[in-house]
Amino acid sequence: MKKTLLPALGALLGLTLALVLTLVAFGMPVADSLGLIWEGSVGSSGGWMRTAVKATPLMLMGLGMAVAWRAGMYNIGGEGQFLAGALGGAAAAKLLSAVPALALKPLVLVSGFVWGGLFALIAGWLLVKRGVNVVISTILLNFVAIQLFEWALTGSLQEAKGRTPQTDRLPDAMMLFRFDRQNDLHSGVLIALVAVVVVYAILFLTPTGFRVRLAGENPQAARANRIPPARYQLIAMALSGGLCGLAASVEFLGITGQLAKGFNQQLGFIAIPVALLGNLHPVGVGLSAVYFGGLFAGSENLARFSNFGTTVMFVIQGTAVWAYVGVRTVLERRQLAGAEVES
Amino acid sequence: MSAVLAVLMYATPLALAALGETVVQKAGVIHIGIEGTMLAGAFFAMLATLATGSPWVGLGVGVLVGVTLALVSGAFALTLTVDQVVVGTAVNLLALGLTRTLFAMRFGASGELLSVQKVPSWQGLDAVMVVAVLLAVATHGVLFRTSWGLALRAAGEYPQAAEAAGFSVLRLRFAALVFGGAMAGLGGAYLSLGIAGSFADNMTAGRGFLAIAMVTFGRWKPVPVLGACLLLGWLDGLQFTFQAKGVQLPFQLFLALPYVAALLVLAGMGRGAHAPAALAIPFRRTR
Repeated sequence: MKKTLLPALGALLGLTLALVLTLVAFGMPVADSLGLIWEGSVGSSGGWMRTAVKATPLMLMGLGMAVAWRAGMYNIGGEGQFLAGALGGAAAAKLLSAVPALALKPLVLVSGFVWGGLFALIAGWLLVKRGVNVVISTILLNFVAIQLFEWALTGSLQEAKGRTPQTDRLPDAMMLFRFDRQNDLHSGVLIALVAVVVVYAILFLTPTGFRVRLAGENPQAARANRIPPARYQLIAMALSGGLCGLAASVEFLGITGQLAKGFNQQLGFIAIPVALLGNLHPVGVGLSAVYFGGLFAGSENLARFSNFGTTVMFVIQGTAVWAYVGVRTVLERRQLAGAEVES
Repeated sequence: MSAVLAVLMYATPLALAALGETVVQKAGVIHIGIEGTMLAGAFFAMLATLATGSPWVGLGVGVLVGVTLALVSGAFALTLTVDQVVVGTAVNLLALGLTRTLFAMRFGASGELLSVQKVPSWQGLDAVMVVAVLLAVATHGVLFRTSWGLALRAAGEYPQAAEAAGFSVLRLRFAALVFGGAMAGLGGAYLSLGIAGSFADNMTAGRGFLAIAMVTFGRWKPVPVLGACLLLGWLDGLQFTFQAKGVQLPFQLFLALPYVAALLVLAGMGRGAHAPAALAIPFRRTR
């Protein structure tokens, strides 16, 4: 317990320190700003709900990134897979509109997952069969997805009026259950929490998960044990893209009810530090998503009273990633040096 | 201004960053932080020009910002051998957050229309555009016609060999990274000082990633990379021409073409696509 608790506390302390230092560096009144962030995130029940809403897509996509990166697949195509999932969800909602809402909702979610997963598999296939670097192929595929998305918004998925490049708004019956009409908290939050448990179970309790991790950590060892790394890299990629696609359909049914330009909100890039600072572990990713969701919600509150707003999140994420990798590398080196002395 | 020069102007920031990234990747490093580097370059170049009134100072500051970010990235990615994708991501996040926050704090409330002195041009041609074209030829020459270029490429193909031949892979990769950073910074500075004469939030809008895509499309060779950037600039411009003439075309699909083409080239060539063999693999000197 101590082993997991201490780093978690250290991380929280480090992140808070980064926040304070950022506020100081930009010349913001520290106490007042922290107060506003606190109130907007965890200091009130409304804040908690906004935190949960913001954390939901971050959690799903962070989990997606963690699965792929664990398998050694540097998937930075979260943006594209998110948009592919959004198209999948919206296409299902439009084509199957005759299906009653209660049955259609899960179909939309599944369709988002499948489209996101299939889109990610393109990059997986390109690596496994053709040796194309995943970083490069996912960057290229992000651009393809953005253009496809905008094409669909002016074409087959466009609103009936045909004026603005956006889809028709879903009827209220299609939206995910809301606990209270006064705020945005929707049942998609539960989907994200379930996903944490499921991804944990897959990665750490099943043979497939073990092989996925082995394919990433030591492909030679995998091959020596007749485990083909390629197959498990593909599985990881499909699951990763699927989670990104699911995040999109949850956002679609939970918040917007409509697709328009800018739907992706750069979530694909914000999810990477969420996964990294969660140590690529599902539970860690869940906590890190809540932290950044809270920071997002809190800084929105701060933005209402100053020019200083949600952008602070990117600064914190950037500095936190530097600090995290720096500290981890130094610790690893010390460990290695210690091991050499002992042997 | 002739249409050709207009294409060149819009392609210049992309080309500068892509040519820099070509050298970086040839040395075996994939630096996805050029998106953030360009953005930071654009922002601080604008600030410097606003303060001094000289776009040349601004361009210099852009380069300086690029070099600084490259040195920090190198310290993490090369010296500490932290994963290159992680380091690049951190650069992008930091630059986006920093420029957005500073921009909102400095200019957000006033709502003044931000306008700075642009880089002077003659008949639509300016010095930076010339530099971009010359740079393609020069980097091609250095990479493929000099022994230093050979060593640099060895660092990207088979670093052990470069090391055995008496070169320091660390130093070669650092040099490449600094050059790449300088070019991305200059490209960003040109975006705000050459094209816009202003700055807008997230004004690079993915151009850094685009540059990486163009390196792939140009198959890691400077002159084809420049060609790829010009092609993209031309396609981009064509979109507006079509719109103006009322031609009905799904131009989004049209704009996706270069990326699909790049993917097809990579898929078709497979492992023989001339990607540096040691790309993105950290090099640790063994004792």
